[in-house]
Amino acid sequence: MTVRVEHIVKRFGSSSEVAAVADVSFAAEPKAITTLLGPSGSGKSTLLRLIAGLETPDAGRVFIDGQDVTTLSPQHRNVGFVFQSYALFRHMSVAENIAFGMKIRRLPKSQVAERVAELLGLVQLPDYGARFPSQLSGGQRQRVALARALAIEPKLLLLDEPFGALDTQVRLELREWLHSLHERTGITTLLVTHDQEEALELSQHVVLLNHGRVAQAGSPHELYDHPADEFVASFLGGANVLKSRVSDGEAKVGSQSVPAPSGARDGTPVQAFVRPHNIRVRLPNGDNPIDLGKIERLTRVGGYVKVYVSLPTGESVTVLMSKVEVDKLQVEPGDAVAVDVVDAKVFVQSYSI
Amino acid sequence: MSGLVTTRAPSAHRRETQVGESLLVRVLLIGVALLFLAIFLVAPIATVFGSAFSKGVGPYWAALVADETLDAIKLTLLTAGISVPLNVVFGVAAAWLISKYDFWGKSVLITVVDLPFSVSPVISGLIFVLLFGAHGWFGPWLSEHDIKIIFAVPGIVMATTFVTFPLVARELIAVMQAQGNDEEEAALTLGASGFAILWRITLPKVRWGLIYGVILCNARAMGEFGAVSVVSGHVRGLTNTLPLQVEILYNEYNFVGAFAVASLLSALALVTLCVKKVAEWSVSNRQAKREASQRALSVPVRPATSLEGVSP
Amino acid sequence: MSFALRTRHSVLPGFGLALGFTVLYLSLIVLIPLSAAFIKTASMSWEAFWSTVTAPRVLASFQLSFGAALIAALINAFFGLIVAWVLVRYRFSGKKLIDAMVDLPFALPTAVAGIALTTVYAEHGVIGEQLAKIGVKVAFTPLGVTMALTFIGIPFVVRTVQPVLEEIDPDVEEAAAVLGATRLQTFRRVIFPAILPATLTGFALAFARALGEYGSVVFISGNMPMRTEITPLLIVTKLEQYDYAGATAIAAVMLSASFGMLLLVNLLERWTRRAEA
Repeated sequence: MTVRVEHIVKRFGSSSEVAAVADVSFAAEPKAITTLLGPSGSGKSTLLRLIAGLETPDAGRVFIDGQDVTTLSPQHRNVGFVFQSYALFRHMSVAENIAFGMKIRRLPKSQVAERVAELLGLVQLPDYGARFPSQLSGGQRQRVALARALAIEPKLLLLDEPFGALDTQVRLELREWLHSLHERTGITTLLVTHDQEEALELSQHVVLLNHGRVAQAGSPHELYDHPADEFVASFLGGANVLKSRVSDGEAKVGSQSVPAPSGARDGTPVQAFVRPHNIRVRLPNGDNPIDLGKIERLTRVGGYVKVYVSLPTGESVTVLMSKVEVDKLQVEPGDAVAVDVVDAKVFVQSYSI
Repeated sequence: MSGLVTTRAPSAHRRETQVGESLLVRVLLIGVALLFLAIFLVAPIATVFGSAFSKGVGPYWAALVADETLDAIKLTLLTAGISVPLNVVFGVAAAWLISKYDFWGKSVLITVVDLPFSVSPVISGLIFVLLFGAHGWFGPWLSEHDIKIIFAVPGIVMATTFVTFPLVARELIAVMQAQGNDEEEAALTLGASGFAILWRITLPKVRWGLIYGVILCNARAMGEFGAVSVVSGHVRGLTNTLPLQVEILYNEYNFVGAFAVASLLSALALVTLCVKKVAEWSVSNRQAKREASQRALSVPVRPATSLEGVSP
Repeated sequence: MSFALRTRHSVLPGFGLALGFTVLYLSLIVLIPLSAAFIKTASMSWEAFWSTVTAPRVLASFQLSFGAALIAALINAFFGLIVAWVLVRYRFSGKKLIDAMVDLPFALPTAVAGIALTTVYAEHGVIGEQLAKIGVKVAFTPLGVTMALTFIGIPFVVRTVQPVLEEIDPDVEEAAAVLGATRLQTFRRVIFPAILPATLTGFALAFARALGEYGSVVFISGNMPMRTEITPLLIVTKLEQYDYAGATAIAAVMLSASFGMLLLVNLLERWTRRAEA
């Protein structure tokens, strides 16, 4: 295990305030990219800062390489940290920025120069050593920040929203590049992001945080296919949440019935998570009119169409269908349609109506 | 030269960082800073009031209502009453010019506006003596026409105006540049004339910068010593301003009197500092609110990049 | 000096009026009077000018004025940096009051400061008495002049450094820490280079102000020729003797020094802006 945190708690301000990080435990896979994913305020950045030693926890322990570093100052943790703002030293050239950590470690000059050149090549900025940060684009600054963090040969690389301040095009390019960089260096990496796509694409392991707690941890597909609760299901892939009750071992979702969780008795309230691409809208064909929904709005997104449908239960769902399919239906807002659920995850949920 | 007496708003609240100095270093640095300011700032200002009341309220009051002091107060009020409005009108015009337009020579103009700051007060007085003194350029002409400028009130007003010349302008320039032109341009599209924009939009917008500029200009006008000393001739009851009166009383070993008059000017200085704090507070408050709303707008709450990122 | 409308970007009205009034007022109040000093100097012969400004008494005053102003500005650079640091970085009670007090030397009339400082540092003054016990005499010595000039210069370094210090991103310091730098190394290599231009600007402004200062010094200096007579006082003395030419010659030297400092400050400002870009 390269990084492990155990029961970590961090509060800001007075102790009565809600904890930013409340009893979090997780371990990162060695030599892999682990993503700390969550909405803003979920405590993911604080967790990263706790691991780097930039914050001290109120309770719990942090281990790096099996060593308890909870009380170790950030200077001595030997981790690479890339800030969302990049935090480049403005008065230093790119080369000086990259050399900083090595100079602090009093490495011989020739070795520093050699390694700076090597890193400039690695981040694809070989001719930029003499430039100043103000002369670089956002994406270039990001890569300099990465080179600076890698220069100290860290045991662990921590990235705080590394692509947050970049525009979409650059973000996608850098994501690819980071992936290949990781393939080459094989350094254990922790990445904080609020972008689920980034998490699903880049990492082998995802820790999803909500309100300072781990909502679910596992491989991206585990989280996507087997969400532990409503939050996970809706945060990853934006599932529709529909409420229902068990009757005869089945739960009615939309105009269809799906099998209820085993052992759920009749009348048990359940929640079904249905992803937008797992619902199909079709023209009524002998269905009970009571089961039909009504189209509220149609929005075209490229080759897809988002169909917003209100259900007879008063709930509404978002359906994602290809444009070809929707064109065939020839429907418009106000039309009554049948709603078929292709796949739904049904959970027993205690709620009161 | 900028940012010295400007009402600049402090940047958004600094995040507390774990990376900092040890408690001992902090206490030591705070101690050094406080000791330095205590010796150089607090001790003198405390001395002014301490010495003024050293013999009780009676002698203090007597010193203030002495005829010579009252004459000095009148002359000081008259001087400030002329030079402050002049500099306010100039300050508004110069600030409008510098903050609203780009033109060739602008940086030279800004430097020239600041020029009186880098001129010794004594030299500020000297140049008016060279112009209007008995042996100055206009001296013979003035004495022919029996007009007195040097060793008279006009000289005092001129020297004071020169010395306090940049104060309103630079306060307003700083505030106007910080606030931008959006609202003025909006008013223009709504059909407002130039003066209407100035009256209804710009001046209300920079109100606190203007107030502080005026108060500071006034305090410096009433307190100017070096320049006025050179042009006044120290004619008691006629060309003595309050600071000159302080000097005269002090040199006569009338310490209570000197410090009593000095306490008036010190109180004015303290009021000036209070107004500055209020001005800063009102500006930073508004700016902080605006920054907060901007932050609220730019924070991504939910991911929106994915096609599937559709919330129910 | 001419102002053209070539690059007028704004659509707002009033450019001509504002420009005309500003330039007229500026000329009447500042430019014409100031040029009088230089024209008067130019009318002197070079020999007369040179013998005036190299007279032993004048040279002694230059030495005192420049020396004391330099030392006072250095004191202010050092302590001003500490005060700015403490005001930006630490929280303690009374901080707002102290922050406001820093501007006092801007607002307090110089004559008031002069008599107050003299009283404080006189042999029977609050601080002067303590210093006298250890054999240090402040009032009526060059040391007293330096003290008064230090008072005058306090706001400059504090107010130029403060905003720059506020704008240093805490991330940058944290980045240095994660890269292994100790607190002292972070200050020396990361923070200090960032605030150096502002510190130098503040230093230069404090120096320029101290060079020409009159009111706060004349009381504490004692005004002994050759020993504690500052240059501005010498100008006044010459004027009182109706030696206009002599006064103007010395003034021309002082003005040149001031404008030199002004130029330096402008260059420093440009450097600061570039460092901040």
